[in-house]
Amino acid sequence: MIKVEHLTKEYAGVVAIKEISFEVARGEIVGFLGPNGAGKSTTMRILASYLPPTSGRATVAGFDVFRDSLKARRRIGYLAENVPLYHDMRVDEYLRYRGTLKGLSGRKLKGRVGATKELCGLREVGRKKIAGLSKGFRQRVGLAEAMIHEPDLLILDEPTIGLDPNQIRQVRELIKSLGERHTILLSTHILSEVEATCNRVLIINRGKLEASDSPYNLVNQLRTAGLVNLEVKTGTEDPTEYLLKIPGVKEVQLEINGVWRKGWIRIEANSDLREEIFGLAVERKWIIRELSKERATLEDVFVELTHTES
Amino acid sequence: MIRRVCALLVRELSAFYYSPVAYVVLFFFLILNGLAFWFSIAPLSHGPSELTVVQIFFNKLSFWIAYLLVFPVITMRLFSEEFKLGTIETLMTAPVRDWEVVGTKFLAALLFYLTLWLPSLLYFLIFGWLVNREAAGMGAQLWAPYLLLLVMGMFNLSLGCLASSLTSNQILAAMIASVLVMGIFFLTMIGYAIGSSSPILREITSYVAQLDHMDTFSRGVIDSRPLVFYPTCTALVLLITYHVFQYRRWKV
Repeated sequence: MIKVEHLTKEYAGVVAIKEISFEVARGEIVGFLGPNGAGKSTTMRILASYLPPTSGRATVAGFDVFRDSLKARRRIGYLAENVPLYHDMRVDEYLRYRGTLKGLSGRKLKGRVGATKELCGLREVGRKKIAGLSKGFRQRVGLAEAMIHEPDLLILDEPTIGLDPNQIRQVRELIKSLGERHTILLSTHILSEVEATCNRVLIINRGKLEASDSPYNLVNQLRTAGLVNLEVKTGTEDPTEYLLKIPGVKEVQLEINGVWRKGWIRIEANSDLREEIFGLAVERKWIIRELSKERATLEDVFVELTHTES
Repeated sequence: MIRRVCALLVRELSAFYYSPVAYVVLFFFLILNGLAFWFSIAPLSHGPSELTVVQIFFNKLSFWIAYLLVFPVITMRLFSEEFKLGTIETLMTAPVRDWEVVGTKFLAALLFYLTLWLPSLLYFLIFGWLVNREAAGMGAQLWAPYLLLLVMGMFNLSLGCLASSLTSNQILAAMIASVLVMGIFFLTMIGYAIGSSSPILREITSYVAQLDHMDTFSRGVIDSRPLVFYPTCTALVLLITYHVFQYRRWKV
């Protein structure tokens, strides 16, 4: 659906994105992550054919976003950051206008305006002026507008920014349901949202693509994935040397806390030694109060890949 | 494509009427034009005049003030507001061509400008009907000045479009437009002032001598030079506007 090859964009000497390449297949929901100023919006703007790239190529549904811009744009629904809208228009009027611009007419247009309003929960505000709508409603107007022409690809730049938790949940559900029919590329800072909705994550930092994988794989590859938490009562015995004898255990760090020893054990990534540890405890007659695998989150991945020593 | 352009045009036109500026402009325009019309019929009470009502109307100071002030006010919003609100991003990611946007914005401004002159046309027709004599003889004497208003208006509006595409600040856009429109209008004055010492300058400024052109046209004489000159310049300025528009968008 999207194919990006060596995409570079410079603004007056400042490199916003550098040699980015990735592909998105039809039907995927892809989360686009990165710190502020990493180049997410720039990449999305290029894909929406708002900006021309300095070099490199991007195609949407096989159409070059710069050379075949009009054909590409017909297949894209784009929600810009901060959702710019004409404040003097009414919701119905705006949706009809945008639908017409995107090539809808007559009964089809009417049907789509009704359907998107229904889907985005805009039914009761159709006659209202956009200027008088709350942030949440404006966001939904933007979303309705982006999908009005049933585009193959939806590009959503921070669709949940500025929404309250209930609205975020609603938008997330909406995006999930849209994912059944559309390919979606969305950027966000809410990582739990990405874990809940996206098949794949792209992480970009300082204009470079750092990772591209499913949230599950990213989390599993992380260093912290190889940690086991342990809280154990061993009496006078020091468990460390016993634990280190288990094949695969790399490092043990336990602190004494009364009669309990609490800490973590570093093991090889992609392995699970909890069974062996439990076996050892039974054998040595230790009492275990906690034995759990450290669950890394996407946040850990994000921080690990994008944090900068400054 | 036609449907798309119509949608853009309707949006632009309705944007005029959604803003209070349109009504302020309409109001002052009515007053100034009403004054100009009153000045042109008042002398008739003192006996016959050598000039027609239309001729006096289109050469009155209040007419020219209204004429010159209206361009920046009409055009300042066109591009500046889109840049300011960021709606330029949603607009240009819809499947519309850049020239369609520039063209419809210009056309919307032109249509609004033309509606401003309708009341004055009505004055002349009502005058003719009331006193049983035409305000300005037959045919060309009446519509020739309107033809000139159209072409001169096109040119000045295109200058306004250019000014608006340069900045996202509407006030600044209006100021730039004023400078351009007035600057070209008053070039003629420079031509008058030092024309005798420099015939070439006089010749050049005569092309944009809007006062002289109106004097000619309001007599019912149709000069083909302004009819070619102004539309050509309009096309040129719109072309520049188109490139500025693209440049600003891509620079963001």
